[in-house]
Amino acid sequence: MAAPAEVDFRTRLQDSLPRLVLAPSFAATLLFVYGFILFTVYLSFTGSKMLPNFTWVGLENYRKLWALDAWWIAISNIAVFATLYIVICTAIGLTLAIFLDQKIRGEGLLRPIYLYPMALSFIVTGTAWKWFLDPGIGLEHTMHLWGWESFSFTWIKDRNMAIYTIVLAAVWQTSGFVMAMFLAGLRGIDNEILKAAQIDGASNWQLYRRIVIPMLRPAFLSAFVILFHLAIKSYDLVIALTGGGPGRATELPATFMYSYTFTRNSMGIGASSAVIMLMTIAAIMVPYLYAELKEKP
Amino acid sequence: MSAVTQDTAVRTGRVTRTFIYLVLLLFALFYLLPFFVMLVNSVKPLAEITGGNMMALPRTWTFEPWHSAWSTAQIGVEPTGLKPYFINSIIMVVPAVAISTVLGALNGYVLTKWRFRGDTWVFGLMLFSCFIPFQIVLIPMARMLGLMGLAGSTPGLVLVHVVYGLGFTTLYFRNYYAAFPTELVRAAMIDGAGFFRIFWRIMLPVSGPIAVVSVIWQFTNIWNDFLFGASFGDQDSQPMTVALNNLVNSSTGVKEYNVHFAGAILAALPTLFVYIVAGRYFVRGLMAGSVKG
Repeated sequence: MAAPAEVDFRTRLQDSLPRLVLAPSFAATLLFVYGFILFTVYLSFTGSKMLPNFTWVGLENYRKLWALDAWWIAISNIAVFATLYIVICTAIGLTLAIFLDQKIRGEGLLRPIYLYPMALSFIVTGTAWKWFLDPGIGLEHTMHLWGWESFSFTWIKDRNMAIYTIVLAAVWQTSGFVMAMFLAGLRGIDNEILKAAQIDGASNWQLYRRIVIPMLRPAFLSAFVILFHLAIKSYDLVIALTGGGPGRATELPATFMYSYTFTRNSMGIGASSAVIMLMTIAAIMVPYLYAELKEKP
Repeated sequence: MSAVTQDTAVRTGRVTRTFIYLVLLLFALFYLLPFFVMLVNSVKPLAEITGGNMMALPRTWTFEPWHSAWSTAQIGVEPTGLKPYFINSIIMVVPAVAISTVLGALNGYVLTKWRFRGDTWVFGLMLFSCFIPFQIVLIPMARMLGLMGLAGSTPGLVLVHVVYGLGFTTLYFRNYYAAFPTELVRAAMIDGAGFFRIFWRIMLPVSGPIAVVSVIWQFTNIWNDFLFGASFGDQDSQPMTVALNNLVNSSTGVKEYNVHFAGAILAALPTLFVYIVAGRYFVRGLMAGSVKG
């Protein structure tokens, strides 16, 4: 008599097994990602200082945040950094990919050279570039030793220029990766289309301008999405390269959030800056992911 | 006809080709230079660095900076060198990579071969977590680790890296398994094979390439992480990146550049090694990583 019930139980278990297997990961995501996001959002409406407390202060933190010079510096820095970083990486990546795609001898050697910086930690990249850019012993010093006495390159010590050193090092680290994305896109284009266009008398320039680059649209989109979220998340590189200085010249929202939350004991303001960072990324990522996942029913 | 399709349609003249090679070589130089400079200066005595030319090869070769970076340099308050932190990183990375890859494989399997209502939403929510700025979870995570008694410990960091790596590993395996014929899974089901048996006998044997990708990706990401290590690690669990930053940025007195470089290269070695050995899969995997349904 017990047998059918047992079978029933076993099939039910078998039926729900896949969901049971997925459950721990999904639960962890819900708690550690979405639960934590809600918690931080909530904190941003409280008067938390060194430790979280739960006195509701409404939009007070956001009002304070947008009144802070330091925040405005961080915001204008991220705007400059993200724009240049994305544009330059894309330009270099695309150029290198197109050039590498011309049946280059030694492609197998060049590709890993372009790509290896991506395997490094931003702390390592920062250490290397910090020294390379140091006027006292780095590039400037070397140029002087080589007899170019008037050579001057002091961006890293210059409040107005330091942010561009962050761009330089970040581009060095990621542009090779963008190259790989475009190269994969180029290799996926059907040569017959190009040949047909050539028979119609298209020049190389027209070929790329009118046919190849429009066909790389998906690669452009993925490159943009990846670079954009990397730019907003940039933290380690600033810490290693300039420490946010000179002064506050290279402070970004990520470093702002960290210092307000953990060293300046203004957790409420730190939380509200994190919320703004998340909203910026979500504004790009949510529509992108929605479109990507929607495609396939 | 097929022979014609092989070569590229674009023809370039001699001048253009020279220009192309020139640009490609210049960029190769740009990417190699900083690393070359670090390497060369890590085997010079300090006097040769501060007084000399950074591009020049060492006049006196010395491996003292490497020895110092590894075992005697001042990190924070202790003159321990980077060695204990290197070990911390290894102890943290190995379980974190293994756990997140296994879970990613199972998740990808469920999401493609055992689909259920709302599975795309589940996946979408997990995927979005790859892109969040981690600042948004720092405060509650610190509290949670404290509550769990894992604050400042290696298991705590493993947990953090597993949780925030799951989105990527799941993405990789899902995309990979999506291309695997579902009919084979159906046939096995009809033959009476259960969930785990199908995974073990059918999916796992073909998972090699994507497992390599997932392992390399997770390894480089976790090894190179700084934010979580700096926020949630303490003396006994801080990873290599945090120690390197301490070495380079807080050394009092004379800045021993050669030791800093040796340390930086030591911190880069494991990921560079993995990249050189398995780089080809790495690139291919990053291509697969672009979010395609």
